[in-house]
Amino acid sequence: MTDHVSFQTDGSQQPACMAEACGESGNTAKTDAMKILIIEDDLETASYLLKAFREAGMTVDHASDGDSGFFLASENDYDVLVVDRMLPRRDGLSIISGLRASGDDTPALILSALGQVDDRVTGLRAGGDDYLSKPYAFSELLARVEILGRRKSVREADTQYRVGDLELDRLSHEVKRAGKIIPLQPREYRLLEYLMKNAGQVVTRTMLLEHVWDYHFDPQTNVIDVHISRLRSKIEKDFDAPLLRTVRGAGYMMKAGD
Amino acid sequence: MWGRFRAMLGTTAVRLSALYLALFAICAVVLVFYVTSLSEGLLRGQTETAIHAELRDISRIYQVRGMAGMVRAIERRSRQPGANLYIIAAPQGQIIAGNVASLQPGVLDREGWIDTPFTYERYGDAEEGEETHRAMARIVALPNGMRLLVGRDVGEPEKFRGLVRHALARALAIMFVGALAIWFFVGRRALKRIDHMSDASRKILAGDLSQRLPEDGSGDEFDRLSRSLNTLLGRIERLNEGLRQVSDNIAHDLKTPLTRLRNRAEAALVSTDDKEGYRQALEETIAESDQLIRTFNALLMISRVEAGSSVAEMGEVDLSGLAADAAELYEPVAEEEGVTLTQNIAQGVTVKGNRELLAQALANMIDNAVKYAGDGQDSRITVTLAGDRQNVRLCVSDNGPGIPEDRREDVIKRFVRLDESRTKPGTGLGLSLVHAVAGLHGGALELAATDSGNTERPGLSATIILPARVTS
Repeated sequence: MTDHVSFQTDGSQQPACMAEACGESGNTAKTDAMKILIIEDDLETASYLLKAFREAGMTVDHASDGDSGFFLASENDYDVLVVDRMLPRRDGLSIISGLRASGDDTPALILSALGQVDDRVTGLRAGGDDYLSKPYAFSELLARVEILGRRKSVREADTQYRVGDLELDRLSHEVKRAGKIIPLQPREYRLLEYLMKNAGQVVTRTMLLEHVWDYHFDPQTNVIDVHISRLRSKIEKDFDAPLLRTVRGAGYMMKAGD
Repeated sequence: MWGRFRAMLGTTAVRLSALYLALFAICAVVLVFYVTSLSEGLLRGQTETAIHAELRDISRIYQVRGMAGMVRAIERRSRQPGANLYIIAAPQGQIIAGNVASLQPGVLDREGWIDTPFTYERYGDAEEGEETHRAMARIVALPNGMRLLVGRDVGEPEKFRGLVRHALARALAIMFVGALAIWFFVGRRALKRIDHMSDASRKILAGDLSQRLPEDGSGDEFDRLSRSLNTLLGRIERLNEGLRQVSDNIAHDLKTPLTRLRNRAEAALVSTDDKEGYRQALEETIAESDQLIRTFNALLMISRVEAGSSVAEMGEVDLSGLAADAAELYEPVAEEEGVTLTQNIAQGVTVKGNRELLAQALANMIDNAVKYAGDGQDSRITVTLAGDRQNVRLCVSDNGPGIPEDRREDVIKRFVRLDESRTKPGTGLGLSLVHAVAGLHGGALELAATDSGNTERPGLSATIILPARVTS
């Protein structure tokens, strides 16, 4: 089970960089700085998160209790909120439902030590957009925050996704590369659709399990990797340029050649 | 002794019987008083009527025969056995004729009906040593100033009344003594059994959960109470045993990797000084902690499923779709391991349950099969879903080495891994979770050999049997 825990930058050596952030540094540096708010009462966790998110190129604010978190979130315009569920003075769910009630739909990710199926459902019902249970890998959190932050710009209504010369038509469910139709199984199609929708972003194995299979547990075996390699062989076999990359220690990313 | 008596007074049986005794005594007293006063009234009425009739007779004799005739008649009547009382008295009060020797003073001064009994003495009473008698009477004034008294002894009714009251008092005394005796036996018996029960409870409190409350098989309330409490104790003991087992297992299965983690970090710190070595050590450390987290999560999940806290999120689950999805998810992995995964899934089977948990249980079962069946020739796994009116059977069968019959109970327990599988990755919690999920859905997990005729590779069939949904 060492498949997703080794961290490495794509060739370049960045000694000062934190291991978790390194896998990401390649793509975040190019985009505008994302502004996020972390509401977390454990100061050690918070300072670790602050440092790691900053190294990933984000602007980060921090609140250490529910009241000040709610205040900061409603006063400022953030791209993503990272909210611990159990907080002093005001709990995380109440912050999110309070914001939603006032018409603020800033994407929010709930961090929780609970993390069982029913807790996740409660969290999402309260208006959270994503849920991650502690302990988590920072790479997982970062990937999710980035996708949440970009969500505003991803147009759900797009009928076509394109990465390099790979095209996916969401109406006809047709996938073409360089004009040539690639036949896919329904699940492979959904896998590719999700990857292409989040092109340029790291997509973790857990995220794929959640969005493509609707499973919220860890299946222990590297089931996703095998599916990915099947998909990869279909979309890359007869072509030179790789599109579906493995981000070591984090997950996968669809990206046209650099 | 006194303390014991006090304790006995405090028992419910004794309190209840005391209450009953008091109620009964009050009723008895009221009844007896009612009966005696009623009969007394009756007797008094009879006496009155008799005296009245006698007076009428005598006054007729007086009218016809005069004073002398009346005296004669009275003398005659006085001599009859069991006669009434007769007195003819002078205006000054001296007794002239009749059968009364002396009279309570003042009685003759009155006139009319005298209904408060008075005392008198008959002739001869003094010699015979008899006591004074009591009587009631009516006195009439004769025209010549003399007075005539006709009365009747009331000794008999009064004696009767006294007799009844004595009998009542004796009966009450006997009842009281009897009740005391019953109290003593009932109370002592109750107390003794309660003492036994509290003795046993004290031992249980002291930590000996194998103790049981005494049952005598009589089926009375104490016996029934003991039986329920013993059932409760049995459950507590099992839970406690499970808990202890889990803590032992945690001590072993979590402490071992934690120690390994620590040793690895320490070794890296001591022996390595190149960057690549540190990186290697850190990667291994993270891998080890991930495995620990996984184990920890699985353990928590099992406890929560067993506690039934996910019951709230039950809904209709398309088991056919779920089984097909899981088979599809694992198919490539199986293929990579050289295992053929086939599906034999009945369509349209639904159950009431938690989709996530059922999916995870099935994933665990397939995962196990792939892991343990994948090292043979022509390895096959079949995911089967079949349903009839009573049950839904979700089965994952393989043709691997299987599990010896005597170990099948064990592998369901937390952290139990057969020695042959220790080398494979895994938490030892997979089947425990499947078992817990089946239990949560009111079903069971059944482990059997796929082909019991094959001694070399009998295979394992793990089946979740769930109650079918009652479709109206």
